[in-house]
Amino acid sequence: MTVIGARVGRIGYLAFCTCVFIFLVAPIIVIVPLSFNAEPYFTFTEGMLRLDPEAWSLRWYREIVENEAWTRGLVNSLVIGVSATLLATALGTLAALGLSSPAMPARRFITGLLISPMVTPVIIAAAGMFFFYTNLGLAQTHLGLILAHATLGLPFVVITVVATLSAFDRNLTRAAASLGAGPVRTFRTVQLPLIAPGVISGALFAFATSFDEVVVVLFMGGLDQRTIPRQMWAGIREQISPAILAVATFLIVFALALLFTVEWLRRRAS
Amino acid sequence: MGLVLPLLIFLGVTFLAPLGTMLVRSVYDPVVADALPATLTALREWDGEGLPPEAAYEAAAGEIGAAREARTLGQVASRANRLQSGLRGVFTRTGRDLREVAEGPWRDAMAAIDSAWVEPGTWHAIRAAGERITARHYLNALDMQRLADGSVARQPEERRIYLPLLWRTLLVSLAITVFCLVLGYPIAHLIAHARPRRAGLLLALVLVPFWTSLLVRTTSWIVLLQTQGVVNDLLVAIGLIGDDGRLSMVYNMTGTLVAMTHVLLPFMVLPLYSVMRSIPPLHMRAAASMGATPAQAFRRVYWPQTLPGVGAGSLLVFILAIGYYITPALVGGSSGQLISNMVAYHMQTSLNWGLAAALGALLLVGVLVLYLLYDRLVGVERMSLG
Repeated sequence: MTVIGARVGRIGYLAFCTCVFIFLVAPIIVIVPLSFNAEPYFTFTEGMLRLDPEAWSLRWYREIVENEAWTRGLVNSLVIGVSATLLATALGTLAALGLSSPAMPARRFITGLLISPMVTPVIIAAAGMFFFYTNLGLAQTHLGLILAHATLGLPFVVITVVATLSAFDRNLTRAAASLGAGPVRTFRTVQLPLIAPGVISGALFAFATSFDEVVVVLFMGGLDQRTIPRQMWAGIREQISPAILAVATFLIVFALALLFTVEWLRRRAS
Repeated sequence: MGLVLPLLIFLGVTFLAPLGTMLVRSVYDPVVADALPATLTALREWDGEGLPPEAAYEAAAGEIGAAREARTLGQVASRANRLQSGLRGVFTRTGRDLREVAEGPWRDAMAAIDSAWVEPGTWHAIRAAGERITARHYLNALDMQRLADGSVARQPEERRIYLPLLWRTLLVSLAITVFCLVLGYPIAHLIAHARPRRAGLLLALVLVPFWTSLLVRTTSWIVLLQTQGVVNDLLVAIGLIGDDGRLSMVYNMTGTLVAMTHVLLPFMVLPLYSVMRSIPPLHMRAAASMGATPAQAFRRVYWPQTLPGVGAGSLLVFILAIGYYITPALVGGSSGQLISNMVAYHMQTSLNWGLAAALGALLLVGVLVLYLLYDRLVGVERMSLG
């Protein structure tokens, strides 16, 4: 009885887990084939199910490539994302080095402060930034969005670099110093190569954050700062066309590339 | 310390100063006080009974005209209108028609333009709107109002909006946390105790949604759940529901619950996984060898050891859920909106920024308390990504 019971329990457990995994991944996978729909519908047409080549098409991909709104959005997203990432990575790495030094006062409080943009509801940060940046004349500028996105990406850099540094052997910097290297040289030739995977992971997290951010852009961006997520937002709210699914497919491929890079870096680091 | 300083300064300017500005906005509003200073001074002489003295009328007539010239009358009118609806029109009309009036008595002239000027309520509203530093946005955000005699009372039942919404936000966040725990616990367990190769693969299945754009995931739920969507088509095709009985699962609370559970599930699985991975399988075997049934062994040996992960994951999911904006805005329809959506509404549509700031401040305090709790129980230093 107990053997059968255990087996039934085990099967039920595995079935449940399978369902959860399907729940996690299916919504993302289903987007991909639908983006090749020849008709402007959001579901599988009969032709698609019969694998009729007529029912499949690249028309939505052609549309996003030819539509200037999407290409300009991509340029804006890249400009803002790359600048914000560089800023966040530089400041975040420095701060992580400081936080990891044994002489750091009030470490817990400062870490909490540095990570707080991650847990603060974006709508609140965006509202505050709208008020404050408007006073500074930074609303509706690329610079304003770059500063805002760098702020939102910072916690990720701090977290990943601090985690990498916790595995770092301090004797290495002491050895470098005893051999006559100054602090800058020690950092460049000893520390940086060893913590590089953590820094790059953090940078990728920061970039992904900016590349997917829409609320701050909604509040602070003007027509000239429309990014890809902002364009998608408009698409979902106004006229939902399968062109969005084509963009979504592109973003899924992009996410997979980021994920594999980060996992590869993590494996290299450990 | 020197290394942390640049970032602290940066964060001070780009993040803390904006939050500070928002907090100031929630209590400070100089527009009416700046536009009608003499009127407000004259109203200080008024005991609140009957009508104010002629001096107040004269000052108001002059300052309404000046505000019209300076193009600030609209801002003044909309603020007065929030305290007593209808006053927007009164102000605009008065500003326009007063140009025809050359001299007093001003009370009669203004009463002739709009009878609202001979109602004490109008003047109470102007006096209240003239407070430079005010608690009225917070009162408003808590569904309370100040009565004419200065006492504070709750809004009548049918006009209470924000407290029920806050309550709904808490309940929805709690429900999502429970869903995430129920769905996440078994798969975290499966991944934590699988062989390394398979564990890596299964973990990737959790991380793919984690990395995928939030807008993409929200779009997919719209595609899947809408009336002409994939799930409904499937249910019709296998005959579970008729073509006319398609379920509405999106643009309502169901949409918010499903999509947000999906979005936040990885934040539950990852902390659970990292705790479970450190529990040796030997413990369960030892419990079994001493005669415990699997259920007993789980309840008495395994579950207590996973509590830190349960706490960390649940708190994180709850914190992220109560401030969520994008997903409810896109898939929530009107019944699936949360408190953040109300902040956005007052920021972008009603332009009642003081109220938006007050609602935001209340939400911020809530999140801050939970964040401190998280730091106490888990430690922010131990927050990890994947």
